Amino acid sequence: MVVEASISERVHQAVENALARFGAHDDELIPILTHVNHEIGYLPGQALEEIAHALKKPKSKVFTVASFYGMLSTIPVGKHVIRFCESAPCHVVGGRQVIVAIQQALKINIGQTTPDGQWTLLAVSCLGICAVGPAFIVDDDVYGNVTPEQVPAILKKYQG
Amino acid sequence: MKYFRSHILVCKDPDCIHKGAHEVMDALQDELVAEGLINEIQVLETSRIGNCWNGPEMMVYPEGIHYTNLTVDDIPYLVEEHFLKGRIATRFVEPEKSVKDEELGAPKSKEIRVVLRNCGKIDPENIEDYIAEDGYAALGKALTEMSPTQVIETVLASGLRGRGGAGFPAARKWSFVAAKQGSDKFLICNADEGDPGAFMNRRVLESDPHAVLEGMIIAAYAAGIKQGYIYCRAEYPIAVKTLNIAINQARAMGLLGKDILGSGFDFDLEVRMGAGAFVCGEETALMASIEGKRGEPRPRPPFPADSGLWGKPSNVNNVETYANVPQIILKGADWYASMGNEKSKGTKTFAIAGDVNNTGLIEVPFGISLREIVFDVCGGIKDGKQFKAIQTGGPMGGCLPASQLDLPMDYESMTAAGSMMGSGGLIVMDEDTCMVDIARFFMEFTQDESCGKCTPCRVGTRRILEILNRICEGKGRHGDIETLELLCKEIKSTSLCGLGQGAPTPVESTLKHFREEYEAHIFQKKCPAKVCKSLISYEIQPDICTGCTVCSRNCPVEAINGERRQAHKIDPDVCVRCGICMQVCNFNAIIVN
Repeated sequence: MVVEASISERVHQAVENALARFGAHDDELIPILTHVNHEIGYLPGQALEEIAHALKKPKSKVFTVASFYGMLSTIPVGKHVIRFCESAPCHVVGGRQVIVAIQQALKINIGQTTPDGQWTLLAVSCLGICAVGPAFIVDDDVYGNVTPEQVPAILKKYQG
Repeated sequence: MKYFRSHILVCKDPDCIHKGAHEVMDALQDELVAEGLINEIQVLETSRIGNCWNGPEMMVYPEGIHYTNLTVDDIPYLVEEHFLKGRIATRFVEPEKSVKDEELGAPKSKEIRVVLRNCGKIDPENIEDYIAEDGYAALGKALTEMSPTQVIETVLASGLRGRGGAGFPAARKWSFVAAKQGSDKFLICNADEGDPGAFMNRRVLESDPHAVLEGMIIAAYAAGIKQGYIYCRAEYPIAVKTLNIAINQARAMGLLGKDILGSGFDFDLEVRMGAGAFVCGEETALMASIEGKRGEPRPRPPFPADSGLWGKPSNVNNVETYANVPQIILKGADWYASMGNEKSKGTKTFAIAGDVNNTGLIEVPFGISLREIVFDVCGGIKDGKQFKAIQTGGPMGGCLPASQLDLPMDYESMTAAGSMMGSGGLIVMDEDTCMVDIARFFMEFTQDESCGKCTPCRVGTRRILEILNRICEGKGRHGDIETLELLCKEIKSTSLCGLGQGAPTPVESTLKHFREEYEAHIFQKKCPAKVCKSLISYEIQPDICTGCTVCSRNCPVEAINGERRQAHKIDPDVCVRCGICMQVCNFNAIIVN
């Protein structure tokens, strides 16, 4: 299958780039994983295997790190990822209503991906932009002072 | 060198960027070109001028005028008024915020800015701006006029305590590492500012990175360390970028690297980025993460000074701690110790969130009362509502009620009151906040962020959360409060690291100060603040309802029925208590029971 071959090639390339950039050292494992995660969107088994091989570590040691950190994912994510700040400052200024609005609009819960693979909804810890809460990030775009009513319009920007 | 008659500093803080700072800056450039002023007036980026609640904003020097709430459309008018006609465009200046240059150091009456002194005043990406503000003068003084021991003695005498939360005397840690033989020692800056609502360190890193670098170099000199790391959380990409620029500039000027300022002292620095794990703010977990492992804490002792990064003696301090150091060296220990109270010296930055009029960042001397912070510095509670509680110390801190408002803000007083100083996040809550819900919320956080290594934290926080969930759902039982108290005690005394030891504090403090709310939930099945969904119901008052149908059209679950121009009714069995009907009703006909 042509498509699968190209994905496998992309993963391989991302791993190679990360290794070239940071060097195949134990203490560079997190930067390497972060790089591949950013390139591919998540960390496929193939990537973990190749990294483990390069660092001469058991795959389990690489997986244990990959699954520990909130910004690394070992499962595929949607085309767009919403990272919703679930921290207290956003919570006390109406964050809950906003997350409910997002869940209703996308018909998924936190941690899930829509069946069409368009959206993944994640709850993350403090984004440090508490002065403009409730806040969330769509891919790399930051939205602050969000009200439940604004949610559909924001999501619409990313469709199509 | 090119001279400009005016400099415009546009705030490029993330808060302002999302409100359109990029667009405003572009419009400004275009307008200055169009008016032929571009060779007279320089536009620069800076970070954080005010508190960014009314961005995009900018500072104009030499006048020191602070313009706020700017839009792209305002720029032509602003340029014409200020730069062509030489008049202040007063409509963008809020009277109390139109601070002059010399007053920028202390914009609010009770604020003293030491750590934040340069924020919004200098270009963080230009080392010369920092040097012009006496930057690296302290490093020069330390390296040429002082011995490492003298540096340690000066900082000890200043009373500087660790700003990460624990409050351990900073220079004492340095002296432990200084006493170790061998050259394999590490200096670490903990920039993993994960406490929800606390973003003081982010502002310092983004707006005055050299202050942190200079503090680190001085500390490394004092402790005899050659290699340093700044561990910054991945949620702060701008801080990482700014730091890397600053490090490169410092290196190019010979302020980092070999033979710093010709003194023979070598020190270099590297930024390490986290990957989203709250527990990595704990120093042993942080070091594990730098080593490329799971960020799990380990028991102390051995403390980092004995066995830290890669098993070598290491010194870990927080961003704010390091940022204080150059000022102490430059102005002397006595000057620093003159601020604050008996046991807590100097100033502390706080990030205020929640239901106060002015949220954002402040820097105040230790010993100021909570009341002064809430009502004087932050302008009191929003919408004229009543103060209910202030949460200090982050998710491991406690909620203090109105009766504790006169407490002085210092390490010992906060601990004695059943909360803690923490790193500086403050959340103010008004009368509409349910304290049981808040306790549950913090428990959700710690439960989620528990790394899972030790049982009391992993299992204990889950048990507490289950009970709190039950109480909020109206299924609380007799004995729940007692079980919570027992769990809190045990988790506190048996957990491995600060996360577990602090996790029960929000529950303990709310049980102590707001016990009646727990009792109302459990025994009367009522949520006094009308927050817990299972314990409230929405009702349309038929005599006020005009039958406009707005509520029924907006109800996501079709729980509202009624004919046009007739009073509507909510079906409590279908209603999911989202509150949308109440928000959209134009006649305030909907009430919560």
